Amino acid sequence: MTNFLVDGKPCSGKPDENLLQACLAAGLDLPYFCWHPSLGSVGACRQCAVKQYANEDDKTGHMVMACMTPVTEGARYSLEDPQAAAFRASVIEWLMINHPHDCPVCEEGGECHLQDMTMMTGHAYRSYRFTKRTHRNQNLGPFIKHEMNRCIACYRCTRFYRDYAGGRDLDVFAAHDHVYFGRHEDGTLESEFSGNLVEICPTGVFTDKTFSARYARKWDMRGAPSVCTGCGLGCNTTVNERAGEVRRIVNRYNGSVNGYFLCDRGRFGYGFVNAPERIRMPLVRGADGKQTAVSHEDAISHFAAMLGAGGRIIGIGSPRASLESNFALRTLVGAENFYLGFSAHEGRMLSLIANILSSRALHIPSLRDVEHADTVLVLGSDLPNAAPRAALAVRQAVRGAAFELATKANIPHWQDGGVRTVAGEALSPLFVATPATTRLDDIAHTALRAAPADIARLGFAVAACIDPAAPAVAGLSADLAAQARMIADALLAAERPLIISGVEAGEISMIQAAANIALALRARQKSVALMLNVPECNSLGLALMTNGQTNFEAALATPAALVIVLENELSRRTGNMAIDAALSAARLVVLDHSESPTTQRAELVLPAASFAESGGTLVSSEGRAQRFYQPIFTENDIGAAWRWLSDACRAAENNECEGWSTEDDIVAALADALPCFSALPDTAPSEDFRVAGCKIPSEPHRFSGRTAMHAGRNVREPKPPVSADSPFSTTMEGYYGGEVPPALLPFFWAPSWNSVQSVNKFQTEIGGALAGGDPGVRLLEARTEAALAYYTGVPESFAPRPDMWLAVMLPRVFGDEEQSARAAPIRERMTPPLLALNDKDAAMIDATAGQLLECEMDGELQSLVLEIQPKLPRGVAGVAGLAAKAHAMPAWIRITKAEPGTP
Amino acid sequence: MEKPLTALIQPDGTPLDITGYERAGGYQALRKALTMTPEAIIGEVTRSKLRGRGGGGFATGRKWDAVPRGADAPRQRYLAVNADEMEPGSFKDRLLLEQTPHQMIESVIISAFAIQASIAYIFVRAEYVLSINRLVRAVAEAEAKGYAGANILGSGYALTIHVHASGGRYICGESSALLTALEGRRPIPRARPPRSASSGLWGKPSVVNNVETLCNVPHIIERGADWFLGLSHSTDGGTKLYGMSGRVKRPGLWELPLGTPLNEILEEHAGGMQDGYECRAVLPGGASSAFIMAADFNVAMDFTSVQKVGSALGTGNIMALDDRRCPVGMLRNLEHFFAQESCGFCTPCRDGLPWVERILAAIEDGEGRPEDLDTLARHTIFLGSDFTFCDLAPGAMQPLASGLKHFRAEFEQHISEKCCPWHDSAGGWA
Repeated sequence: MTNFLVDGKPCSGKPDENLLQACLAAGLDLPYFCWHPSLGSVGACRQCAVKQYANEDDKTGHMVMACMTPVTEGARYSLEDPQAAAFRASVIEWLMINHPHDCPVCEEGGECHLQDMTMMTGHAYRSYRFTKRTHRNQNLGPFIKHEMNRCIACYRCTRFYRDYAGGRDLDVFAAHDHVYFGRHEDGTLESEFSGNLVEICPTGVFTDKTFSARYARKWDMRGAPSVCTGCGLGCNTTVNERAGEVRRIVNRYNGSVNGYFLCDRGRFGYGFVNAPERIRMPLVRGADGKQTAVSHEDAISHFAAMLGAGGRIIGIGSPRASLESNFALRTLVGAENFYLGFSAHEGRMLSLIANILSSRALHIPSLRDVEHADTVLVLGSDLPNAAPRAALAVRQAVRGAAFELATKANIPHWQDGGVRTVAGEALSPLFVATPATTRLDDIAHTALRAAPADIARLGFAVAACIDPAAPAVAGLSADLAAQARMIADALLAAERPLIISGVEAGEISMIQAAANIALALRARQKSVALMLNVPECNSLGLALMTNGQTNFEAALATPAALVIVLENELSRRTGNMAIDAALSAARLVVLDHSESPTTQRAELVLPAASFAESGGTLVSSEGRAQRFYQPIFTENDIGAAWRWLSDACRAAENNECEGWSTEDDIVAALADALPCFSALPDTAPSEDFRVAGCKIPSEPHRFSGRTAMHAGRNVREPKPPVSADSPFSTTMEGYYGGEVPPALLPFFWAPSWNSVQSVNKFQTEIGGALAGGDPGVRLLEARTEAALAYYTGVPESFAPRPDMWLAVMLPRVFGDEEQSARAAPIRERMTPPLLALNDKDAAMIDATAGQLLECEMDGELQSLVLEIQPKLPRGVAGVAGLAAKAHAMPAWIRITKAEPGTP
Repeated sequence: MEKPLTALIQPDGTPLDITGYERAGGYQALRKALTMTPEAIIGEVTRSKLRGRGGGGFATGRKWDAVPRGADAPRQRYLAVNADEMEPGSFKDRLLLEQTPHQMIESVIISAFAIQASIAYIFVRAEYVLSINRLVRAVAEAEAKGYAGANILGSGYALTIHVHASGGRYICGESSALLTALEGRRPIPRARPPRSASSGLWGKPSVVNNVETLCNVPHIIERGADWFLGLSHSTDGGTKLYGMSGRVKRPGLWELPLGTPLNEILEEHAGGMQDGYECRAVLPGGASSAFIMAADFNVAMDFTSVQKVGSALGTGNIMALDDRRCPVGMLRNLEHFFAQESCGFCTPCRDGLPWVERILAAIEDGEGRPEDLDTLARHTIFLGSDFTFCDLAPGAMQPLASGLKHFRAEFEQHISEKCCPWHDSAGGWA
């Protein structure tokens, strides 16, 4: 540690920190704008000015910017120096020259870093008396509102968007006090990380357009720690609720997972919770064939009667439902009758992933680990579309080379300008092998295009290059062999190599190849990490729960009397004909939160809670079990699926779930029943956790209108709902402060820090782990003694077939995920389904870009617009925007041109 | 009196072509330099006490010496010539570029050889179209004759020279912003560390020198450091291109020994003030220098002497303020320039300068308030060095701070009389 004096008081900081970080870590309130823990320092705003003194005798000192000053042993600084304090107030005064005083109508108001810093410097009355400059705002698409007049030109937006996230279409234009941050013309921001501008902007230039439509002040919304359900990465979010609606989703800092940033699918895809197609009442199909609403009790007794009717009962689980709900269904129908809710192909892949990861032979990286990898191989995954936050982490990993150069030049890593000057375009090695181009290609050392089988062969060959004991690849082309050698050498030269693959390309051998590479590196004593992407928020949890042995298509092959489907839309998992055949003879109970073709064919539909009406536990692709909490408490029948199931269980006089009254009970039962979940109760504090005898308030202390909100119906204050499953009080009453465990932080708020920047008050070191440890429990930590044998199933090299193409799915960040695709703003970003072909392949069928093509998939005729992708391997057809048919890919298809006149 | 820099300027304003330049002794210094080691050239330039003529006054030899040498040093290095002459009142580099393009090119080649740069950029102010045309032609001629390009004069040394027209912002004259602009990015000054000498253009060792500075180099090489020191009246070596503008009889530019007294330049070379005008004060080195009042006009125009009277030699291009010109109007004009040319990166400069400009305009227009003077005074401190990111705003505060001190009465008169006292006379510069 480095020791130094601030205003005569001894402080200490890490030697690689700057003075601003050290001051904030020491709990001192030093205002800043342009610095950000993830972006480093550039010294633009001049807000963090302090005095530095040469020695004890130096009484005058000189002004330094804390963010640009490395802390040095024995140094003397002053925050309170009158000139420094006056200068900091002056900086605010300058920023306020053009800032409109529109806080009352500004959506940032109340959680505005500029407001906080203004108060902190003490600037109150301005002496500027001339006109303000004004700007024209832009329409930046469905996610982001733009109000440039509020801009204080801290440059954080462009530094995040361009330098950190690799976006190209947001920039700074013009000069002097006319600098303008926007696009070159009106239009939707292209980056899938644009939503972070809302939190990166210290004031109200970029605000959440989806929130704007149902706006409330920060202090007027309940907060619930939640986990994103948009993909398998498990980013931590805070869900804000008011009056029974999800108002917005904001990032919830987790130093090991998402850090400060989310992707746009996760942030803006919550609309399905509030959507009209939500199922809010139990529905029973009557004699007339129509589903009609019934009471809770009638629904339970109907369900109990169905359970008691005899015959084979099977349960189909769901990778988007919590562990608790899946376990409840498994308990209700019995483990032998519980089937995965995956398609057969996906089930095989997830079962493989579960086997690899639960062998514990390999380290699964957290997203923070990903950021620190020094050589990365992506095998088949289109990360920016399938797991965007991981792509953002890879983007940081490749900056390792730049930081190494900076270290050599004696430039601290936080000094962003200096690092970029020294390092220029230096990038650590990243190899991307995918069928189609990805948005990581721009930073890749090599971006390789090949058919899935060939990518797998490349992977196997890389493993064999690293460790001769790994199975060799016969008949590898000279080109692929050379690539494999190069990649193997780079991985062997690395200190922290990382292999990434996943289910997106639909090629099981690719996952095996990725595992082999990691195992080979492990055999060579490399500290390797293996990241295997899974598509849904609890894919891995479900795969672990059932050991991946039983996919539901197998279950449907034998007729059942009763089929219970948990939060699953079966037509996204298998062909409709298969479902028709299987379900025509069975009675069907579906528990789900939104209407779907599956709920429509059910005899009994139970309104299951979404992530917003219940708590639960999800296991991310990192093997991290994380708890999400309930923000919405409504009077309708929507409830956690596990509660419906255990109620039915009891009503059917099945005592398996007798002791389940809270989530803690079912979590304990789950931990007991399945050894891989034994650590589950440590995920978060139990329901009876209290601080000083108090619950944690889920509403801020300044929450207003709780008696007025329902005054249209009832002028008395209603009894507040009770959160039975968590230590949260549903109101503003309770303890909020430093002792709240990180898993239970409903919002970040600290004295003088009302904005999202207040998170620095909850970290042990600025930009590091949350005090008390980052939330979540890693279930699959690697063990040195664990072993896993090499996979030997090297596939044959890809052979194009005459007049046929191998259809592979090209993921799309917006639209592929089932629930977020119901949100209107996400729908605006979805692109029509397309079929991509190599230009020569397109010429073979004499088709041109934009032309309508037809192909048969899953027994259905699909009309898709042709896109020419010259980089696509020959014989491969990329299909994008057709996630509902993902289960039918990869598959060999015939492609014909649509007859003129077909729609 | 020797005038090495301007000796070859032709009376008709047509620059010597390469044969003319060779006939007059051109490229002999290059031949000599190529027989020397780079270290010897740097040593000679260091001994000559050549200091930067662009305004900073940094010792050229030391700047070159900071470029990493030896086996571990990066091979690729760059020389950039700062020909982005945009300092208000300064026009000395233009003369050299337009009238002696081959002297410029020879200087570039020798200097690039000294730091072992293989690529040199001449970053020229966009409006200097004639300079650009003449430089481009001179580069082509030099390449054709084997002075530039591959294997220069059989020495094995190769240098590519690019003439680059600036996009046209004052901040591009800041050496690190110039490099950023050359990289095709937004010209914003760079944070230090790193120093450009070790990590400049595209992260490689780079040196940025002013036009006039470099034009001295061939002469130093040809005639030696001692000769160069002997040219000067001061402890630093060489001559200086002094310029004078304002209501003098003969505004212009003269090559004189470094350290020539200010009043000699004003009275002898510029011919004194026009009849009926008195010189109250001057800005000695461009708009970013402080006023020197009449009492100090005997100051020697060298780096240290001008500092002693509270200003800076800067570019050595003097602007005279006469007694019938409104000092507030002059300052308003200058601060308008600086406010407009702020790059917009750091807060005090971006938002402070326009405020300063508006206050000055208000005072000029008779709408000043007594407290405005406090606000201006506060800006002269808070827009000073250490407070701002680069030297643009601190430079802009030089005339304002000294103006507030020396012309306090005039400021107060504007405010109390609610109009510009010069209003009915010749008017301001704005």
